[in-house]
Amino acid sequence: MADVITYREAVAEGIAREMRRDGSVVCLGEDIGAAGGVFKTTVGLLEEFGPERVWDTPISEQAIVGAAMGAAMTGMRPVAEIMFSDFLACCWDYLANEIPKVRYMTGGQVTVPLVVRTANGGGLGFGAQHSQATENWALTVPGLKIAAPATPADVIGMMAAAIRSDDPVVFFEHKGLLASKGPPPAPDHVVELGRAAVVREGGDVTLVALASMVRVALEAAGRLAAEGIEAEVVDLRCLVPLDVATVLASLGRTSRLVTVEENPYQGGWGATLASVVADEGFGLLDAPVRRVAGECVPLPFADELEEEVIPTADKVAAAVRSLAAY
Amino acid sequence: MAVRDELLALYEQMVLIRRTEKAAHDLFLSGLVKGTTHLAAGQEAIAVGASAALRPDDYVFATYRGHHHALARGATPEECLAELMSRATGLCGAKGGSMHLTKASSGMLGSYAIVGSHLPMAAGAAWSARLRGTGQIAVAFFGDGATNIGAFHEALNLAAVWKLPVLFVCENNLYMEYTPIADVTAVARPAADRAPSYGIPGEVVDGNDVVAVREAVARLAGRARAGDGPALLEALTYRHFGHSRADPATYRPAEEVERWLKHDPLDLARGRLAELGVPEETLTEAEARAQDVVQKAVEAAKAAPPPEPREALTDVWADGGAAWRT
Repeated sequence: MADVITYREAVAEGIAREMRRDGSVVCLGEDIGAAGGVFKTTVGLLEEFGPERVWDTPISEQAIVGAAMGAAMTGMRPVAEIMFSDFLACCWDYLANEIPKVRYMTGGQVTVPLVVRTANGGGLGFGAQHSQATENWALTVPGLKIAAPATPADVIGMMAAAIRSDDPVVFFEHKGLLASKGPPPAPDHVVELGRAAVVREGGDVTLVALASMVRVALEAAGRLAAEGIEAEVVDLRCLVPLDVATVLASLGRTSRLVTVEENPYQGGWGATLASVVADEGFGLLDAPVRRVAGECVPLPFADELEEEVIPTADKVAAAVRSLAAY
Repeated sequence: MAVRDELLALYEQMVLIRRTEKAAHDLFLSGLVKGTTHLAAGQEAIAVGASAALRPDDYVFATYRGHHHALARGATPEECLAELMSRATGLCGAKGGSMHLTKASSGMLGSYAIVGSHLPMAAGAAWSARLRGTGQIAVAFFGDGATNIGAFHEALNLAAVWKLPVLFVCENNLYMEYTPIADVTAVARPAADRAPSYGIPGEVVDGNDVVAVREAVARLAGRARAGDGPALLEALTYRHFGHSRADPATYRPAEEVERWLKHDPLDLARGRLAELGVPEETLTEAEARAQDVVQKAVEAAKAAPPPEPREALTDVWADGGAAWRT
């Protein structure tokens, strides 16, 4: 294997590793076969595993996710692709009403071991209907696990955990990270879902971020270091299970919390995290919690406008500085 | 087995369902069933006839009007009534209720209360059966109202394109909730007339004739099992009660109700059994047996305990728990 792997290649590699070890893993989605995915995140799967395990579908999000559910209930481990996470709205019934509820409402009679993968997030000028960061949509529904890796190694490790999970997992692949590179992980690399990573240590403030916002938080931390402020950066990795323990442990060291969220401020995941911290970590805090999140508008098209809406390192650094008075 | 013995068994099963539905109705009126119920009295022949034509390991998906399908696929009246009465001994541990009866151990994979949602799931179960090479088929039962929702069309197209071993059985009881289906549908036969659009067989059958249903399902199931793909069967029927408990069904013309009540599935089967020379006392014995089973089921369900409150926090995840965070 090469010395470096892109996030994009890591998606296909992560799926392929699981398909090699488990014959019940099958893929379905629009353009995932011969075309290798519109984001080229499934390149090579059809060639290696053949058309009985890699299935091109019509543009039918309900059929894709509904069929994945039926297959998951009957012995398969389907990996369904929804091309853009905005399109989850087209099959939201399955994400909101069917997949997360069927085990519970049948008294535990069935399990739904499936992965719904989807290209998520903005910054690429795709406009209001192809740019949203929608992890927080899934966060409103008990019964879904939510993964959003920030590095190629995590893509592979979390994909392994997601596909092996007996629970349904919504797997968000960030479009803005697809070209990013990193070292390929060792064979059988598995990152347990619900384990956040401290990706930069620091004693003055905790920045909690997810997916593409980890990079933004790290960039802000670099600038703040030049000003003598040491930020600790926590990559949350998953929203469910939410690794509150790692965040609280970090706050024990820093006493200050800033969340960095790509989703809109209204209803964003940082609100849930902040409420848990308020309940259980109030005594740790020396300052108010600040949330740096997307503006509460549809995502605009032009770069100048999009940058105004999505959090930047400047906005994160400014939020951290605003806590200096405490 | 002789034809008459087989028909007698189907008749007794239909009587059992009818008596169970009557018990559910009475228990609701006496305040022992909460929420709502969507009774299938009048539609028994579809569940019983279809089930008789299926293999024990085939998959069945039903709707919120699904008591008859749970019972036809092996759930006992006691399990069903206990579920409706919120008892710990209910089919789903009292977590599902009337609209979600499920007997996964015998392939009855659920009753779904979002109209049309389970058609893609049935396609997925059929896909899974094909991938695993088991020779199983899947059957989705749904109402006429489901034929105008997107999931119906997405499922039919996917099943046809992938040539899946799945049957779509429409229980056309002429009313989409409170509205005549003919008033809101562009074609005369809401299900069967859509089949040509997807290049699959679409047939109409007398849904109150248990033998006709069994024969039609057997033929289409054999076809699907042989790899010839999906089919649509529209079974014409009529419900004896309103849409749900809140509905007295006053919108149905009296002469229409009278006409259909004279074409009752139980009466039809009973008349045929008499023609075949089955003595009256054999029929009354069968009816008494069914009544006895239901009476004992009511008593057992009444005597059963409510669920333990702590059960509310189980069965979200495959590990049995509900933890969403560390």
